[in-house]
Amino acid sequence: MSKALIILRHEFLQTLKKKSFLLTTLALPLLAFLALGIYQLVESRTAPALPEEMNMGYVDATGLLDDHQEQGLVLFIPYETESQARTALLQGDIDEYFVIPDNYIETGLIIRYAEEAGPRTSPAIVQMVDFLRLNLASGDLEPAIMERVNRPAILESYHLDEQGEVVPARDEIADMLLPFILAMVFYFALFFSAGFLFQSVTEEKENRILEVLVSSVNTRQLLAGKILGLGAAGLLQVAVWLVSLFLLTRAAAMSIPALEGITLPASLLAWAVVYFVLGYILFAGLYTTVGSITPTAREAQSLSTIFVLPVAVPLFVWVYIMENPAAALTRALTLFPLTSPMTAMMRLPGETMHVWEIALSLIILLFSVGLILWSAAKIFRIYMLMYGKRPAFREIIRNVRSE
Amino acid sequence: MKAAEVSSITKSFKDTTVVQDVSFDLVKGEILGMVGPNGAGKTTTIRMLMNIIRPDSGRITVLGEPLEDKTKDLIGYLPEERGLYRKISVLESLTYLGTLKGMKASKAGQEAVRLLDRVGMAPHKDKKIEELSRGMGQIIQIVATILHDPELLVLDEPFSGLDPVNVQMLKDLVLELKAQGKAIILSTHDMNQVEEICDRVIMIHKGRVVLYGNLAEVKGYHRGNSILLECDVLPDEVKAMVDVKDRGRYVELLLKNNVSTQDVLESLVKQGSRVDRFEVATPSLNEIFIQQVKGG
Repeated sequence: MSKALIILRHEFLQTLKKKSFLLTTLALPLLAFLALGIYQLVESRTAPALPEEMNMGYVDATGLLDDHQEQGLVLFIPYETESQARTALLQGDIDEYFVIPDNYIETGLIIRYAEEAGPRTSPAIVQMVDFLRLNLASGDLEPAIMERVNRPAILESYHLDEQGEVVPARDEIADMLLPFILAMVFYFALFFSAGFLFQSVTEEKENRILEVLVSSVNTRQLLAGKILGLGAAGLLQVAVWLVSLFLLTRAAAMSIPALEGITLPASLLAWAVVYFVLGYILFAGLYTTVGSITPTAREAQSLSTIFVLPVAVPLFVWVYIMENPAAALTRALTLFPLTSPMTAMMRLPGETMHVWEIALSLIILLFSVGLILWSAAKIFRIYMLMYGKRPAFREIIRNVRSE
Repeated sequence: MKAAEVSSITKSFKDTTVVQDVSFDLVKGEILGMVGPNGAGKTTTIRMLMNIIRPDSGRITVLGEPLEDKTKDLIGYLPEERGLYRKISVLESLTYLGTLKGMKASKAGQEAVRLLDRVGMAPHKDKKIEELSRGMGQIIQIVATILHDPELLVLDEPFSGLDPVNVQMLKDLVLELKAQGKAIILSTHDMNQVEEICDRVIMIHKGRVVLYGNLAEVKGYHRGNSILLECDVLPDEVKAMVDVKDRGRYVELLLKNNVSTQDVLESLVKQGSRVDRFEVATPSLNEIFIQQVKGG
C-alpha cells in the first residue's frame, strides 16, 4: 500500500473514532429530529379543535337575509329584535350574534356580538360571509355562477422560462428553504472536516510528531494522505447529514406543509459533492498553511479567522442572493473561490445558475485549489519543523518563491 | 560499502550559513558520535541526511545510493524534538509508524511486541502515550526508531531525560545493534556517552567540522603537555621543569618547553620520590570540546 494511502486510512479511522466527530455527525440530525418531534407534539396539543356545530344569531333590518341559513356546521338563526338575540346569547342558545343595520347595502357595516373576545376571523365568520353573499345574490343568478361568485378563484400558477416554456410548478417556501439548509449543511461540514485537518496538523506540530513522520514519508505524501483521509471523513459526515435531511423533510412534510415541496434531485447531490470536494480541499490547503506557520493551535485558530469569515458571507446575504440571482454581488459571490461553494449550494436548487457561471466558478475554484495546494505543500515543508515565532508574511512569500 | 557518506554539504537559511562544507562517513557496525554546541548545525545536518531538507550543495549517499523516498525506509531516526500521538495506544502508534516505514501491519505489530518486551515496556502496550511518563514515552520512541530493523540509525540526544537505569539499558541496546552490524550516528552533548560507546567522533561548530576522527586519535592529537602525579615529596629539580597546579589529592604538572614526560619521570626516580600515580594526561572529550568552541 502506498504511504499516502496508509496515512489516508489512519487519518480517516482516527477521525471516525473521535468523540467530537461522532458528536457533530450524529448530534445535528438527532437534534433536528428531536426538534421536529417536539414541534409535532406541541402542534397536536394546540391544534385548533375540529369545528363544532355552532348557532349564530342575527338581527336583520334589511329583510334580505332569509335563505341559506345552514352553512357548513353553522346554523344562522334570525331574531326579530336585538334584545331577543341578546337574551338568547346570555341563555346559551346561540354562541354569538350579529346585527345587520338597514343601511347595510350602502355601508357594508355589520356589528358582531360575542361573549368572549375571540379572534377577528374564525371559521364561523367565513361561513357568515358566505351566508351574506349567497343571500344577497340569490334569485338573480344561476347556481353555477352563484358558486363562482362564492369561490371566484382557485389559483394554479406557472412560471415561464426564457423560451416561454412552462417551468414545472414550484413551492416557493421550499425554494427558499432548501438552499439555505443545504448551504448550512455545507458550511458546517466544510468547517468540521477542515477543522479536523487543522487540529491534526497543529496537534502533530505541537506534539512534535511531524519530524518522525517526515523521516518516513515525504511532505507530499503526508499532506495528500491527511487531506484526503480527513476529506473522506468529511464526505461521510455530509452523506449522513444529507440522508437525514432527506428523511427529515419527509417526516416534517407530514406536519409542516411548506416542507412538502422540498426534494433533493440526484443532479443536485452530484453538484453538491463536486463543490464540497473542491471547497474542502481549498480550506484544507488554507488551514494547513496557517497550521504550519503558527507554533500553537490557539494562535493558528485566531489567524484562520481571515478566511473563515468570508466563507460565511453568503449565509448573511442569503435572501439577497435568492431574490437577485443576476445581481453583480450574487455573481461575484458565485465566482469568488472562498464564497463560491456556499453560493452555488444556494443557487443550484433554484436553477438560477447559468451553465457559464457553473463552469467559470468551477474553473476558478480548481485553479485556486491548485495554487493553494502548491504553496501549502511548500510552506508546510519549510515551516513544519520551525517552532519559533510566526514568520512575517513577506518572509513566507520570499521563501515560497526561492524554494 | 559505506553505510552513509556525506560529502561537502552546505545549507543556508536566509543569509545565514547553517552548515558549511560538512563531510563524514561511517561504515556498518560503527558508532559515530556527533558533538557540538547548541546551534552548531547538527540537527540541520541530520535533517539533510534524512532528506527532510535538501542541501544547497554537496552529496549524500546511504548504502551507496543517493537519497530517495525509499531511502527513508533504511534509516531509523530519533529526532531531538520528539513526540508521539497522545491519544493512541502504544501498540497502535508503533504499528502505524512501522507501516509508514514500509512494514506490513502484522509484522510491525509482532516486532513492536517483541521490542517492547526487550525494553521492559510490554505491560504498557495498550496504554495511551499520555498515560505514560516522559521517560517511558522516550523508550517507546526509541522502539519506534528501530522497529523496522534499519541499517542506519540516527539518534539525536537519545539519553536526555532518561533515568540511569534506562540510560544503561539504552546503551546496551545501542551496543547490541552495533554488534548486529548497524551503523549508528549518535548526536549528543554528553561527552561521557561519546567516550564510552563511540568509535569515532565528529565535532561541528558554527556549521563547520572542527574535529573528525578516531576517538583515540583525536585525544592523542589533543594530548596536553601535562602529567597527573601523586607522590610524597615533589623534588625541586622537578619543580624547575614544570608549572605545578594543585588538584587536591594529586598535582598536575604542566611541562615547560623542551621538557618531556620521560625527563620528569627520570628526575623523580633519581630523587627517590615515592610515586603512587604517574599519568600522562589526555584531555577529556569535554575539555577538547570546550577548547575547540572557545578557541575556534
